[in-house]
Amino acid sequence: MTTFIVRRLALLPFVAIGVTLLIFALIQLLTPTMRASLYITDPKQLDALPDIIRKYHLDQPVYVQYWEWVKQVSHGDLGWSQTAREPVVDAIRGFFPATLELALYAFACILVLGIWLGTLSAVRKDQVVDHVSRLAAIGGASMPTFVGGLLLLMIFYGHFGWFPPGRLGLDADLYVRGPGFHAYTGLMTVDSLLNGRWWIFWDALRHLVLPVATLTYFLTAVLVRITRSSMLETLGTDYVRTAHAKGLSNTVVVDKHARRNALIPVITLASLLFVGLLSGVVITETVFNWPGIGRWGAAASQQLDIPAVTGFALVFAAMLVIANLCADVLYAVVDPRIRLK
Amino acid sequence: MSAVRARPQVLGAPATVPAKPAESGWHRTLRRFRRSPLSVLGLAIVAFFVLIALAAPYLAHPTERDAYMIPHDGYASDPRPPGPGHPFGTTEGQFDLFYGVIWGARTAFLVALTVGAIGVGIALVLGSMSGYYGGWLDEAVMRVTDIFLAFPGLILAVVIVAVLGQSVRNAVIAIAAVQWPTYTRLLRAEFLRVRDMEFVQAAQALGDRDLRIIARHVLPNTIYPILILASLDMGGVVITFAALSFLGLGAPPGYADWGQLVSLSRNWILGTAGDPFKFWYSLVVPGVAIFLFVLGWNLLGDAFRDIFDPHQQASR
Repeated sequence: MTTFIVRRLALLPFVAIGVTLLIFALIQLLTPTMRASLYITDPKQLDALPDIIRKYHLDQPVYVQYWEWVKQVSHGDLGWSQTAREPVVDAIRGFFPATLELALYAFACILVLGIWLGTLSAVRKDQVVDHVSRLAAIGGASMPTFVGGLLLLMIFYGHFGWFPPGRLGLDADLYVRGPGFHAYTGLMTVDSLLNGRWWIFWDALRHLVLPVATLTYFLTAVLVRITRSSMLETLGTDYVRTAHAKGLSNTVVVDKHARRNALIPVITLASLLFVGLLSGVVITETVFNWPGIGRWGAAASQQLDIPAVTGFALVFAAMLVIANLCADVLYAVVDPRIRLK
Repeated sequence: MSAVRARPQVLGAPATVPAKPAESGWHRTLRRFRRSPLSVLGLAIVAFFVLIALAAPYLAHPTERDAYMIPHDGYASDPRPPGPGHPFGTTEGQFDLFYGVIWGARTAFLVALTVGAIGVGIALVLGSMSGYYGGWLDEAVMRVTDIFLAFPGLILAVVIVAVLGQSVRNAVIAIAAVQWPTYTRLLRAEFLRVRDMEFVQAAQALGDRDLRIIARHVLPNTIYPILILASLDMGGVVITFAALSFLGLGAPPGYADWGQLVSLSRNWILGTAGDPFKFWYSLVVPGVAIFLFVLGWNLLGDAFRDIFDPHQQASR
């Protein structure tokens, strides 16, 4: 098991190198002067462009530049993000908890809703629940996240005024930044409880509702379909028939015998779901003005903020490799027939 | 766990007994297809959009020099509701929504077809070579696809456009860069299946050149799954393109593209104090266009998945 984990983690550097090499190869299309301007943090430095070009070896071949960059990264320096107006590493540290909070809530909602609906539509195959959930699944897959998100905002913020965009209201935001509030985790719903500030907790929750709802609706579809087909397969097996024949109640058979086994293939999908979640996070954060990595990355992409884009790509690559690893390990824990080598 | 933990069994799907032994695979596919009303609906929606795209110049006369730029009626910023001259209303900057939706269908097909052509083209070269020759070339190509596939598609596309700069062409390149690994791997797998079959060995024994064997003997037996996959991906490609446009990384403002029209509506979703839904059309009109287009493709794709899924054949 340990060797397996180590081997899978060893994939991370390769993905990171591949992605950063790709970015490096692409920015060679820009002139050295344009690339040098990426390092400028202050307009006064404009006169020093030739020095910057020399300092960062921008007139040298790609491999020299890449090597220089790797050396720079090994010192924990990913460069300066013009979009965030702070070093990339600090920006990631600042934005990451917001993205994590959003992703965790969405992931939990997707799992609960998807497995519940999937089981229901398998047990009641070809009944109303099944057809409705199938239609909703196709609808969810066909509606782009940003259209759905904007519609939700139009209705629940514009009309009802219930769930505002952003991460916190003005009062709460000011209070959180003040000296009386200690940020333990960076997750606003957790920190507010640890600080004993219920009103901030409610405010954070109110802001979470719409983005989480958007992500949930658009990603649950896949999970429902997989759970359903896996469940259908399990319900047709001999041991389920035996359980029925023993006279067990339908609930016990479905919940204890069938679903536990049906969920095994679903675990593999969970990591795929996480990929979808990461893509969805970029759009959702932009739509709802959520101060996370995704919104920062999207904004940086528009402004040729290459250090930020590189940092953003690295964070997502790391999250992905780790998510896949978790899925594999979980798979082996749940199903004793699988041995990881 | 109190319940007896039964071992899941791998059950072979019960052997299908064909109703009519003479029925060819193609006929069976058609019969299954017609039986599901949703797939027929999907086909109708896609056909509808094909017609709109083809008839765009007649439905909405181009007035700008570039027909893909939406004509705008003045420069006032706030959207105007549907009325004479503007059947779907106008969006921010007085761009006509009707024109945008009609020509947006063309943009959608052009983008999807170009992405498909580039992706399949790369797969034809890299996939056939790595599948046919194997060895270090195969290893290298597969590791590169690994890296590309290790990344969420949209994020990779965003990163590529960020470096190349915003334009329709670059967005298309970026999406093609996301799509090619899937097609390449599939074609390679198909090549591995066919490569050692007798007819290929026969062609080799006859002394045919490799290129001729690949083109004349192997490709005709391997290309169809890739073509089907690529055509069913069209909905997803259009969603990704729309998402890039929405993020300001695809079509420029005023370009006849649905995602770009949605992004123009962003400032107007709140309406005015007394009338929160005042500018609903600026979001709903392009939103419905994307939704229907992608829905059509998804319904088609869903039908094909069911038809080709061996697990479900017994129950149908």
